[in-house]
Amino acid sequence: MREYSYYPGCSAKGLAKAYEASVLSVFQYLGLTLHELEDWNCCGATFFNDIDGYLAVGLASRNLCLAEKRGLDLVAPCSACFLGLLKAKDKMENNTEIRERVLKGFEAAGLKYNGTAKIRHPLEVVINDVGLDKISEHVTHKLEGLRIAPYYGCQLVRPYSDFDDPMYPVSMDRLFHALGAEVTDYGCKTRCCGGALTGTVEDVGLRLNYILLHEAQRSGADCIVTVCPLCLFNLESYQKKINKLYGASFNIPILYFTQVMGLAFGIAHKKLGIEKAIISPEHLFATV
Amino acid sequence: MEFKREIKYESELDKDFAHWITSLPAGEKMKECIQCGTCSGSCPVSVYMDYTPREIIGMARMGFKDEVLKSYTIWLCASCYNCTVYCPMKIKITDLMYELKQRAIREGYYPKRFTVPVMAKEFFKMVRSAGRSTESYLLLKTFLKSNPMKLLSMTSLGLKLFKSGRIGLKKEKIRSQKELNTILDSILQEES
Ligand code: SF4
Ligand code: SF4
Repeated sequence: MREYSYYPGCSAKGLAKAYEASVLSVFQYLGLTLHELEDWNCCGATFFNDIDGYLAVGLASRNLCLAEKRGLDLVAPCSACFLGLLKAKDKMENNTEIRERVLKGFEAAGLKYNGTAKIRHPLEVVINDVGLDKISEHVTHKLEGLRIAPYYGCQLVRPYSDFDDPMYPVSMDRLFHALGAEVTDYGCKTRCCGGALTGTVEDVGLRLNYILLHEAQRSGADCIVTVCPLCLFNLESYQKKINKLYGASFNIPILYFTQVMGLAFGIAHKKLGIEKAIISPEHLFATV
Repeated sequence: MEFKREIKYESELDKDFAHWITSLPAGEKMKECIQCGTCSGSCPVSVYMDYTPREIIGMARMGFKDEVLKSYTIWLCASCYNCTVYCPMKIKITDLMYELKQRAIREGYYPKRFTVPVMAKEFFKMVRSAGRSTESYLLLKTFLKSNPMKLLSMTSLGLKLFKSGRIGLKKEKIRSQKELNTILDSILQEES
């Protein structure tokens, strides 16, 4: 049985509760144990970096200190957290000025930092540590006929990812094939959802998401599947507004990749947070 | 017809600003920018920007301080890292956008009530004091300070999220706030 430290990130306790529920259920089902990092703090996301680059590294890497102590790989499902942690580690490695300041801070607080924590994303973990063949064997409810637009977004694959291509990744595509689903040719798979722009500069944010939804529909997808809380929130919550603004009629369910895995494994919908969706995907799985 | 000079003379540029940005770890390579425009071409929001990423890089390294720090470009950058991955000279454009945002906030170079820096500041305050962010409060505080009308337009969505338990009134916080303060205060002290 494999064990990991788990970094939920702030969204997992709020808007992305369904992501957390499905990650935990699927990992347990696959025999992978997640230990939530004791008293973890926010990764800083993008906003902390708007204010102060040094503090951003200090903030994110406190979590790396905690993970080092435990000695297990650190699994971070949210793309912004995944990137925030990787970025902090990179800065600690390659920027002497930042490293020295942050290390002084850790010393004052009695923490140790060696830079040994390994940061991983659950998508990569299930593919590399479990393997697609094994995953196929676990499928009890083949997702036959389900057409998925795989949406990777930005921060999982850029700029530090080394497990997939930064512009045309395929790991999720392969995963969905292993679950028996179809994957559409989705040209926007790594096009930006705008992040917080839907809230801050709405016109621009909505346009970016309109493009993503439009292309998914054109590709013939029944649903869009993502790896990131903010991408899911943008694509799902603003569909009504986008429809009004652009005279469209989107009603596309948006799911986390772990929810799709759970459905193929026959895990109860409730344990995957399916009922938390604003645009229900239930009809897609009525036959599953 | 009247002709107006749009371009600055060298003597009007801010040399200190140019020096500052090109001596940052992310900025050293700026001098190697060949102005190819790959960054702008790959940027999903460049069509909305007042200056494209290529122009920002070119202008910042020359010392067009006011133009760069007053631009909407830096606030529209969504940190998607397309430009960084594609730049043939390996210039860390996204990181430079962050540096510019930080400086603009430090020196008060942004339109009053403009939502991006308001939200960034609220987020910073919240995480600095609680160790975690709580989405419901972040949105509430940000829009009260920048754009209260937006809150009204979000009520029906907010209710749906509340009903499904995706937003709530509980404020997230960590237990080791003291430890976190020690770390961050020490880093700040070093900085000043
Ligand atoms: S892609 Fe790089 S080299 Fe080309 S204009 Fe942009 S910053 Fe300069
Ligand atoms: S990181 Fe910012 S500037 Fe670069 S391509 Fe993305 S949005 Fe544009």
